[in-house]
This record gives sequence, structure tokens and C-alpha cells, in this order.
Amino acid sequence: MILVLNNEQVIEWMKQYQEQISKNKHMLSELDDAIGDGDHGNNMDRGMTEVVKTLEEKNPSTITESFKIIAMTLLSKVGGASGPLYGTAFLEMSKASKEDAELASLIEAGAQGIAKRGGATAGDKTMLDVWLPVASELKQKSLTSQKLEDFMNLTKDMQAKKGRASYLGERSIGFVDPGAASSKMLFETLLSAIK
Amino acid sequence: MKKIINDPSNILDEMVSGLVRSYPQYLKRLEDTFVVARNDSNKTKKVGIVSGGGSGHEPLHAGFVGQGMLDAAVCGQVFTSPTPNEVLAAIKESDQGQGVLLIVKNYAGDVMNFDIAKDLADLEDIRVEQIIVDDDISVEDSTYTQGKRGVAGTILVEKIIGAAAQNGASLDELVALGNEVIAKTNTIGLALEPATVPEVGKPGFEIADDEIEYGVGIHGEPGYKRQKLVPSKELVEELVAKLDKSFNGLENKKFAVLINGLGGTPLMEQYIFANDVLNKLEEKNVQAAFTKVGTFVTSIEMAGISLTLLELTNDEWLDNLNADAQTIGWGDTSVK
Repeated sequence: MILVLNNEQVIEWMKQYQEQISKNKHMLSELDDAIGDGDHGNNMDRGMTEVVKTLEEKNPSTITESFKIIAMTLLSKVGGASGPLYGTAFLEMSKASKEDAELASLIEAGAQGIAKRGGATAGDKTMLDVWLPVASELKQKSLTSQKLEDFMNLTKDMQAKKGRASYLGERSIGFVDPGAASSKMLFETLLSAIK
Repeated sequence: MKKIINDPSNILDEMVSGLVRSYPQYLKRLEDTFVVARNDSNKTKKVGIVSGGGSGHEPLHAGFVGQGMLDAAVCGQVFTSPTPNEVLAAIKESDQGQGVLLIVKNYAGDVMNFDIAKDLADLEDIRVEQIIVDDDISVEDSTYTQGKRGVAGTILVEKIIGAAAQNGASLDELVALGNEVIAKTNTIGLALEPATVPEVGKPGFEIADDEIEYGVGIHGEPGYKRQKLVPSKELVEELVAKLDKSFNGLENKKFAVLINGLGGTPLMEQYIFANDVLNKLEEKNVQAAFTKVGTFVTSIEMAGISLTLLELTNDEWLDNLNADAQTIGWGDTSVK
């Protein structure tokens, strides 16, 4: 059995993600403060609030349209590094969904988009360290909340090689990557929305 | 946190509005954007020059919009890169059919957002190229980091490129010129006190009352060394030694010298520091063919200073630095 994502689930997913981000924005900013510039929570909150609003206004009927709206809203409202990275992920998911709505392939396409845009690879202490294992767990239908938590926590012992945290060198070790933390929330709410 | 603000989430809008309304002779704001563009009547047909980045570095970048420098600047949220649609609006405003050059500082967010904007402009058949400024020698160039950051030297690049564009250089010529100038521009700074991003509400790093940190970035990125505060002369000694290494020796060479306050350091201290820098350069038989001192590329209220040297391997660069400009940040050479 393959897991196919429908549009109602996408809308529900985004609503739940927005609530999670809003609830945890200070926590995300604090994580960012430790190894970045402390704005990840505020930036994501601004972007997701706008995503939910725009989805309501435009009322898209397919996941391809919904993903495109999510992508363009994040690209145009978030800024920083998370805007283009999350924006590119959803844009690639929109493109991939024209062929196939299978969840694992969609997330895989999103992860590849992030890797291409940001030039990061596994182990660089970025959001990709959640996206890549999530894509493979989805393929095996074995993704759980606990695994998400583990993927996020694994970034703690990594040394950052991309973005602002990379300037800390070894001092970046010991902190969870804020992009990995917001990505963990993204997939937690995905699990909840497709339940 | 003590700041003269209203709602922290409204800072960008109110700041851009205050800026353009105070200086309508130079600047206007593109409707429904945070893009600041030229509003003077001296526009000539040339390659458009656009820069931008997170806010909190004023007068960079909007303060350098004007004849002889930038055609438009894209203002992001505080310390946050602007979005691609905003950059695209600046590109469209600045394009006169000869293409647009983007001057981008080397930060992950800026590079990605400007890159997406370039792709969007391609779809609209506007030719866009970008140059990436990475003058901060506090950071080694390495595949294990984002690479060197773009800091104060950016304004020297903007000035030289702006003047060359005014003189009719093509987009390809400007890209080549920009990359040559960037390769010869090195900056190193130090911080005494951190800055506080208003929406965050607390200082970006902690430092003892009697300590300074060398090599801090303009968003409070960590530097390379911390020590007790020493007299200006000794600070200069450290920074010049670092620059000396980056240029493989300064002796008998010709430089443009930029001394830049980071926001919380008064001009009084900047001039004292400048005096020590010029003494040190004289001692090394370095020709300071161009000097500029002031608060140009800031980190909100960070106390600290940076020293930029640009090796003038081409005499035209000096002419470009001295060419007319009419901006708030660089000054207005038409006002006698």
C-alpha cells in the first residue's frame, strides 16, 4: 500500500504546522540565538501565518496548487535562509505532485530541492538532517514521532558546515539546529494530519 | 532594551518610510515594497545597480542609493535577507534595457534570495548578474563554512561599480571589475559591545565590561580572539598585522583606507583610531591614496570599529572612488 496525500490533508497539515510554529516560536528563536541570529521563530511564524491566510483566500483544489501557494508565500514572506529553503522544498513538491502524489516521493523531491538550493549534504547540521532520513523512513512506512525527535536531536552533536552557525566551528556542537527543529515540527504535524 | 521604536514588528516599515520622507530629493519607496530607489532627475541610460540585505546596517544599503552609486536597495527585516519578490521589484525598477548588476554580501540567505530573484528576472527577459562581496578576513575561506562574510568593504565596491556604471561600463565589464575589486578588498573589525535585535530583545552575545573581541561579524557572529581592552594604538597593531598577512605584505603598496564605526562608537573614537591607522601605515611606507572615516556599515548599536584596505592596483579605481556621488550615506559631492 502506498500513502497518497490529498488536498484536505495538506490544508490540515499547514493549519497544524502554523499552530505549532506559533506556539514554539520563542523556543525556535532561542535555539537560533545559540548558534545563529535568533530570528528563526519570528520569521517562520510570519511566513506560516501568511500561508494559512493565503490558502483560505485562494482555496486551491489540488495538492499541486496548494504546494505552489505555500512555496510562493514562504519565498515572499519569510526571507533569511529559511524562506528560500522551505520555499524551494514546497516548490519541488508541487512539481513532483504533478506526476505522483505518493508521500515519500514528494518529501524526497522537497529534500533534493533543499540540498540543491543550500548546497548542504547529510551531516552538515541543517534541516536536511531531518528531511533526508524522513524521506527514507516514509519509503519504508516506518516514520514515527519518536524517530523525528531522534533525527532532530542527532544534529546536536554535529558541527555546522553551512550558514551562520558554521562560523562557530566546533562551538556549534551541543546545540540542536533550529532548521532541524522547525522541520521536525513540520513532519510531526504531517503525521498528525494524515492519521 | 532601550530603543526609540514603536512596535518591534513594524520597524522596517516605519524606518523605510521615515528615510524616504526625510530625503525625497534622493529617494523614493516602491509601492507595497521595502525597496528604496532613486528619486532624482539626473538619471541616465546605464546598467542598473542593485544591492540590499537585512536591515540594521544603516546607512547601508538604502543610504547609498543615488547618482553615482546604487539605483535601488532592497531592505530586509532586521538582520534577515529580503525576499526574492522584493529583489525582483528593485531589478525591474532599475533595468533600462542594459541589464542589472546585483551586489550581494556573502551570507547564505542573501545569496539564495538574490539567486532566486535572478531566476525570476530571467523569466521576464531581464539580464541580471551578481557579484558576491566577501571581504571579512576574520573568517578563513573554507569548504567547511559559509566562507568569508561581506562587511564594510561593500561600500567601496558599490562606489567603484556605481561610478563605472555611470561612465557607461557594460554589465559584463562591471562583473569583471567587481570581482577584481572584491579580490583586493579586505576588512577586519573588533567589537566592544554587542547589538540587540529589537524583536529578539536581548544582546546577540555577552562580553565582559573590560573585554573586546576581534573579528566579530556585523550580525554579532563570533570573532577569532577575545582579550582585555587595550589602547587604540595596540588595537590598530593587531588589525594591521592581520591585514598585512591577508595582502602578503602592505609595504610600498597603494591603498584606499576605510575606517567604519559599527553603530555605537562615536566619531571621536573613530578619528583617534584613524590617526593610529595612518601612523602605522606611514611607518610601513604604505600610501593611503584615499581615506574615508565614518559610520557606514553598522550592526545596530554595536560598539566597535572595522578597518578596510583596498589595494589600488588600478588607477581607475581611485578615480571611481573620488567620482561624483549624490547619496545620503557616501555624501553629496555636488553640494559645495
